[in-house]
Amino acid sequence: MAQALNSALRDAMREDPTVHVLGEDVGALGGVFRITDGLTAEFGPDRCLDTPLAEAGILGTAIGMAMYGLRPVVEMQFDAFAYPALEQLFSHVAKMRNRTAGKLPLPITVRIPYGGGIGGVEHHSDASEAYYTSTPGLHVVTPATVADAYGLLRASIASDDPVVFLEPKRLYWGKAEFDPAAPVEPIGRAVLRRTGTSAVLITYGPSLPVCLEAAEAAKAEGWDLAVLDLRTLVPFDDETVCRVVRSVGRAVVVHEASGFGGTGAEIAARVTERCFHHLAAPVVRVTGFDIPYPPPMLEHHHLPGVDRILDAVARLQWED
Amino acid sequence: MTVLDHRHHTAVPGWLPGATAPRADPAPLLPDVSPVRVLGTPALEKHDPALLRELYRRLVVGRRYNQQATTLTKQGRLAVYPASTGQEACQVAAALALGEQDWLFPSYRDTLAVVSRGVDPLEALTLLRGNAHTGYDPRAARTAPLCTPLATQAPHAVGLAHAARLSGEPVVALAMLGDGGTSEGDFHEALNFAAVLQAPVVFLVQNNGYAISVPLTAQSAAPSLAHKAVGYGMPGRLVDGNDAPAVHSVLAEAVERARTGGGPTLVEALTYRIEAHTNADDATRYRTEGEVTAWREHDPILLMDRALRELGILDDALVQEAADEAEALAARMRAEFHADAELDPMALFAHVFAEPTPQLREQAAQLSAELAAEAEVQH
Repeated sequence: MAQALNSALRDAMREDPTVHVLGEDVGALGGVFRITDGLTAEFGPDRCLDTPLAEAGILGTAIGMAMYGLRPVVEMQFDAFAYPALEQLFSHVAKMRNRTAGKLPLPITVRIPYGGGIGGVEHHSDASEAYYTSTPGLHVVTPATVADAYGLLRASIASDDPVVFLEPKRLYWGKAEFDPAAPVEPIGRAVLRRTGTSAVLITYGPSLPVCLEAAEAAKAEGWDLAVLDLRTLVPFDDETVCRVVRSVGRAVVVHEASGFGGTGAEIAARVTERCFHHLAAPVVRVTGFDIPYPPPMLEHHHLPGVDRILDAVARLQWED
Repeated sequence: MTVLDHRHHTAVPGWLPGATAPRADPAPLLPDVSPVRVLGTPALEKHDPALLRELYRRLVVGRRYNQQATTLTKQGRLAVYPASTGQEACQVAAALALGEQDWLFPSYRDTLAVVSRGVDPLEALTLLRGNAHTGYDPRAARTAPLCTPLATQAPHAVGLAHAARLSGEPVVALAMLGDGGTSEGDFHEALNFAAVLQAPVVFLVQNNGYAISVPLTAQSAAPSLAHKAVGYGMPGRLVDGNDAPAVHSVLAEAVERARTGGGPTLVEALTYRIEAHTNADDATRYRTEGEVTAWREHDPILLMDRALRELGILDDALVQEAADEAEALAARMRAEFHADAELDPMALFAHVFAEPTPQLREQAAQLSAELAAEAEVQH
């Protein structure tokens, strides 16, 4: 996946000279995850800029660059390191189009490696998507496959609106073939990764492989689980989600971020409001606990795994 | 080895050049602690009389604009107006120091600078009237929206200036801030980025003595706010902010330096906010009448009037002309704001994204139905 993201950046920069990458360590080092590897060598330090270490300054500078007509792609090194830039993101990036009645759109992509499961110490594993999804004016995209990593990053950079592009860092090392010539996947469409009739697991990003594994394990219980990958949290694909939920009748929302006030709460509420008469059971959430991200040696207790997902599926009362 | 030996690392054998090598160009000298003044000095005679008259005219019109906007606030016609009364010299000089291709990044108190830049005086007030966020086209006016969060517009100015320089355009960005804004992290990050990138940007801090109620002594322990430039590796200039020709000349020099590749400058203008912070503020709680009176005697229009008359380039005709223009503007503001603005509620959904999301389409339909139902009831 890391290679696909790197290719997406490289191809976007080759095709469009207004695409500029900036962030801390994105130059000679190629980013701490090597996503920007080789970009400075190919495009020079102006197009792939090593900045001083200051996230608000990085994003604020990108805003000014976008105001002048560039298409900046910002790298925030880790999820929790993006927090100093939240004021720039919330007060300016998300609102500039609205504040200026469409005169100053900001086509900025903010790439943020997010989530746990890689043994990172504190401040390196937050799943912070709810902060972004509850901020009007931001698209929030999170790929779970290698092909989507490429296609959705291309679509995000091409978008005339700001995109928070959340990269599931525990999937960086996942391997699969992808076709860079394939049509660019538009932002805002969920995809059914696995069909099933017993229940649907609604998920995204780092939790997709866990859900696919759970669906495989569920066969032993006689359950046939569908798995739906949202891919984009904003805009939310109500249409696909509702179509699948109505046909299956039972739904579990799975994400690793804390549950209270989380994205899963929104999804469960939307599904319940729209599909109530098609549901045979309440929509259940499987999430991380409502705790600060734990030390790495304990994180496996926090992150939803196959067993916790199957327990939730069992709670959907199959007998009646 | 003593602690001092660690600090003077150049004296420690084996230190690695490259890692901590001092900059090839030495940091600029400390700013002078006495502000630049032009009015009442022989330097005034070197100034272009046409420019001086233009500054005078804009000061007078600007003062009237501030007064009328403040009155409209008291009448409930503006939601709020942070007046720049007493600070007009900074406002008009800032606008006049910029070329047409340059960009201005104003704070919420800088409406007058926006107007002085050529934006329609009524369009510049939509944010403060409450009918729209930004009433002008920022791209056409080369003027960013009035920025309400403190100092967050400063990195935008840096980014725009940086992008302009990459494109080879001789564009300079001017970011305007208050003294309180210099305590914010974004201010420091912007200065650091500007210096590292050598971006063609100028920072103008209008030090009016108070961040709402907190005096400068509780805001900063630096000898001057201009001193903050030194640590970032850029020149800092201190100027009498009520001396319009002085502010103009210092800013013009900084703009020219930026335009010709000399990098950023931090300018601190010493001035005073005669009015309260806004209509919601009670300035008598934190400052004395004596202090205000003393600053009234250092009023930018008063100083300008006196100096230009002594120089023989201000006559009653120009005074009358400026006064008439000011009254005409005030009358236009009263007439325009006499009635409530007509607003389209559906505009709420117009500019959230390039294309509304399915969720926004649904909500727009909901509001549309609510409006139709309301109209039904009224019939």
